[in-house]
Amino acid sequence: MTELLKVEYRQYLDAGSEVVTTNKSALVVLENTDLLLSAYRWMALTRLYDQKAVALQRTGQMGTYPSSLGQEAVGVAVGLAMSQEDTLVPYYRDHATLLIRGGRIRDLLLYWGGDERGCAGGPKQDFPICVPIATQSSHAVGVASAMKIQGEANAVVTTIGDGGTSKGDFLEALNVAGAWQLPVVFVINNNQWAISVPRGIQCGADTLAQKGAGAGIPFVQVDGNDFCAVFQVLQEALKRARSGKGATLIEAVTYRLGDHTTADDATRYRSPEEVKVAWSNEPIKRLQTYLADRGWWTEDQEKAWQAECERQVEEGIDAYKSIQPEPAEAMFDYLYDEFPDVMSNQLDLLYQKVERMESLAPVSDPEDTH
Amino acid sequence: MDDLSHEITLVEAVNLALSHEMSSNESVVVLGEDVGTNGGVFRATVDLRERFGFKRVMDTPLAETLIAGMAVGMAGHGLKPVAEIQFMGFIYAAMEHLVSHASRMRNRTRGRLSCPLVIRAPFGGGIHAPEHHSESTEALFAHIPGLRVVIPSSPARAYGLLLASIRSPDPVLFLEPKRIYRIDRQTVVDNGQALPLDTCFTLRQGEDITLVSWGASIRESLLAAESLAKEGVEAEVIDLASIKPFDLSTILNSVRKTGRCCIVHEACRSFGVGAEISASLAEHALLDLKAPIRRVTGFDTVMPYFKNEHYYLPSEEDIVATCQALMKF
Ligand SMILES: Cc1ncc(C[n+]2csc(CCOP(=O)(O)OP(=O)(O)O)c2C)c(N)n1
Ligand SMILES: [Mg+2]
Repeated sequence: MTELLKVEYRQYLDAGSEVVTTNKSALVVLENTDLLLSAYRWMALTRLYDQKAVALQRTGQMGTYPSSLGQEAVGVAVGLAMSQEDTLVPYYRDHATLLIRGGRIRDLLLYWGGDERGCAGGPKQDFPICVPIATQSSHAVGVASAMKIQGEANAVVTTIGDGGTSKGDFLEALNVAGAWQLPVVFVINNNQWAISVPRGIQCGADTLAQKGAGAGIPFVQVDGNDFCAVFQVLQEALKRARSGKGATLIEAVTYRLGDHTTADDATRYRSPEEVKVAWSNEPIKRLQTYLADRGWWTEDQEKAWQAECERQVEEGIDAYKSIQPEPAEAMFDYLYDEFPDVMSNQLDLLYQKVERMESLAPVSDPEDTH
Repeated sequence: MDDLSHEITLVEAVNLALSHEMSSNESVVVLGEDVGTNGGVFRATVDLRERFGFKRVMDTPLAETLIAGMAVGMAGHGLKPVAEIQFMGFIYAAMEHLVSHASRMRNRTRGRLSCPLVIRAPFGGGIHAPEHHSESTEALFAHIPGLRVVIPSSPARAYGLLLASIRSPDPVLFLEPKRIYRIDRQTVVDNGQALPLDTCFTLRQGEDITLVSWGASIRESLLAAESLAKEGVEAEVIDLASIKPFDLSTILNSVRKTGRCCIVHEACRSFGVGAEISASLAEHALLDLKAPIRRVTGFDTVMPYFKNEHYYLPSEEDIVATCQALMKF
């Protein structure tokens, strides 16, 4: 019997923003001011967006919402490392990545506000937000396989939570990615919790990264609060994928600083002390301190950027609030390529229903759910 | 009120039935995502972990295929698993175990093994939930021979039918209409008395028209019956409750009396449970009918996301309008 696996753990900046590497490619990232400033700006924007999205839910103006609080570095690193030609196959907590790939704040709010049009934007090839957990992993290897068959030199990135790695779909996808050397990068956002189930009872292995071993694909665990390290492992994985060398599994170790969603109350199952400790590792402060220490980011810049974030998010919220709901019959749009004539009786039934409804005041009493 | 009487909601009645049966039967175990420490995302399993321990209340890894498959194994090996699928929208990964194993274990081993498991899942729309959290796909499961499908529509029936489901020697899919999880309270006596399966419940007597429904739509059906009564039309309201196998004779007797039938369900229109009831009535009561059988249902479309779900869900007014048309026929 052999010993348990050794798993590489990548970290460039520690929680106190000290550089803890002498690795050459790490230093390239750590010196890339433009990249780091861009990453910082996206993270700050995402945090404000998340905060305001939660507030919209709390005031009855949006549905159940999963904040990415504390996990911004992963989302931003994925977004900035991918090219516009790559394909994203996301889960549901990738707000930063969606924004970087051209998604509009209005559209994210529309999605979580219960409107199908929220999935209509973004790069044409990207898959939409995926709620049935781990099903996206299977789709991602399908996309990767299509790329390979069609001779495309791009890569797929697919994300998943720590809980999601327990599903067969994820393990099946890893397996085929290894067997067929597919151009796909699996990114686990290990935020330590799957609703109330802690990472420790989700899986008996020391790391989730090592699930790659059984599939024969390279794997690495990275400090998910360290943008620089996450960005670099992604770059390496994307390069492998694009040059025909196959898949990589990245486990980004983060912490879900907020409730699972606005429908959840995490105080039922985890201690405030644990959350407090986690706050000292959070990614935005870490990068901000690093930038500020080097004089690359000043307080004036911070003020100006916060004001800009406020403007962008409010603009998105205004656009969200002012868009009219789709008409009732939109439920039949896009159902089939063409609406089958033989179904027209259903349209008649719907019109009759709408007529009845119009003679009444609408009553609705939204209950928050997962 | 004595100690055993509780003024509770439907979801609390689910909890009460679970705790009753866990107290009286050691082999009953609960498993699923977030059912332990958290007590379930809707709190259906709240406090069970504290009372019955880790061995009998299991937070599983996040894997529905596993949950259903393990339940098959547990049931085949002497336990009474009551598994929770967090939302019906995530039950499809469990389908293989229901279709290929749970429902046919007894049949294919000629009685040597059986699979007395219960899978509970909240279902249905109307609570402004995220995508995939609002569908009603009971018909998919009602099509599986050997599987029972049960849907309560009140706290008392949730209690009695869940007890019956746990005690059933057959696999049962127990679907909980989450729109009415907390809408009303009702006195439920925790006396361990199960309600019968394979039986409809006649909730309101009437001579003029038979309304058949189940789950959350019972609410609109009863409201519609009240409005119709103001116009002098007396509707008989029948809660199907056991979807599969279903009690045709209660419905037949009612329709033979009223001569009219309107079936109400939230699920899509075509190929649904309503179609089965309608076909059975056509087979057995055609000549007793004074008007065609009608259905008030959701549409054959993807359940609209919640901004527009009210256009999809059958309403009291839809039912009234259909019944009026049938009365005038
Ligand atoms: C197949 C499936 N089962 C259950 C759910 C309900 N659910 C939504 S999120 C969640 C926990 C997910 O945890 P994790 O994978 O760690 O991702 P996180 O939300 O923490 O980012 C569950 C059980 C779902 N969406 N899909
Ligand atoms: Mg998680």
